[in-house]
Amino acid sequence: MSPAFNPGSDTSDYVLVEKFCLDKYRFSHGDVVVFSSPSNHKEKHIKRIIGLPGDWIGTPNLDDVLKVPEGHFWVEGDNSVSSLDSRSFGPIPLGLIRGRVTHIVWPPQRMGRVEKETNQRPLSSLQDRPGFY
Amino acid sequence: MNLFGNAVRWRSIAKEALDRTAIVAKFLCLLHVANTYICTPTLVYGPSMLPTLNLTGDVLLAERVSHRLGKVGPGDVVLVRSPVDPRKSLTKRVVAMAGDKVTFVVDPRNSDRVRTIVVPRGHVWIQGDNIYASSDSRQFGPVPYGLIEGKILCRVWPLDGFGSLNH
Repeated sequence: MSPAFNPGSDTSDYVLVEKFCLDKYRFSHGDVVVFSSPSNHKEKHIKRIIGLPGDWIGTPNLDDVLKVPEGHFWVEGDNSVSSLDSRSFGPIPLGLIRGRVTHIVWPPQRMGRVEKETNQRPLSSLQDRPGFY
Repeated sequence: MNLFGNAVRWRSIAKEALDRTAIVAKFLCLLHVANTYICTPTLVYGPSMLPTLNLTGDVLLAERVSHRLGKVGPGDVVLVRSPVDPRKSLTKRVVAMAGDKVTFVVDPRNSDRVRTIVVPRGHVWIQGDNIYASSDSRQFGPVPYGLIEGKILCRVWPLDGFGSLNH
């Protein structure tokens, strides 16, 4: 997730994870979330949400367009070169999310809010249509 | 003097109220921790687990320790967060674990077509006992193990079905 998190090999960031979002499972594009890995329930990953249910995602390395199914989401790491994310294991069920990352709390020089970056957007999102919510 | 006596009485009443509120708050915290991490009763309803579970609703005791230790196996009835709608929980039986081959009838109402799938790593295959009216892994595929929320121990209500679920 460099450079948003862990920019160098010797620094490890500590983050604050909020769990109130798990009440209604409402997330937005660009949220950074913690989720259990679908291939090993004991591991947790931190990635950014790129696609929500109903979005169409373009996958350049597969030359394909796929629709994120109901109840699933698409994640990608900020450091797309070395990131194991939905481009490898596909869309992930929302039920695997364990919380949303809001702040970096350590080291002190990197303390601060984690911003929602929306420069990576899905090809088409249900939320773009007027009158969705 | 009267005023001072009143103040002392109110103060002791307030202290007692605060103590009792603290006891209630501690009890609720303990209840929450027990429900989330140890054992909890749940109400389940629906036709997908007939004849094991009733259509109109059963109260079951679910324990939340085994799945964290990886002790869920084939034949267990489990509480699973739905991969289709994360706000719903499903009650199904685990039929196969990661690495197993599953052979299932795709649509028993309409045809006898059979498919065989290997369950991928870190996933489980869940099916309702009533295959004619159950939406389970035959429709939405194997589910990640991380979606399992608890293992059913026994039925608590209705009382004539009290005890462990028969297979």
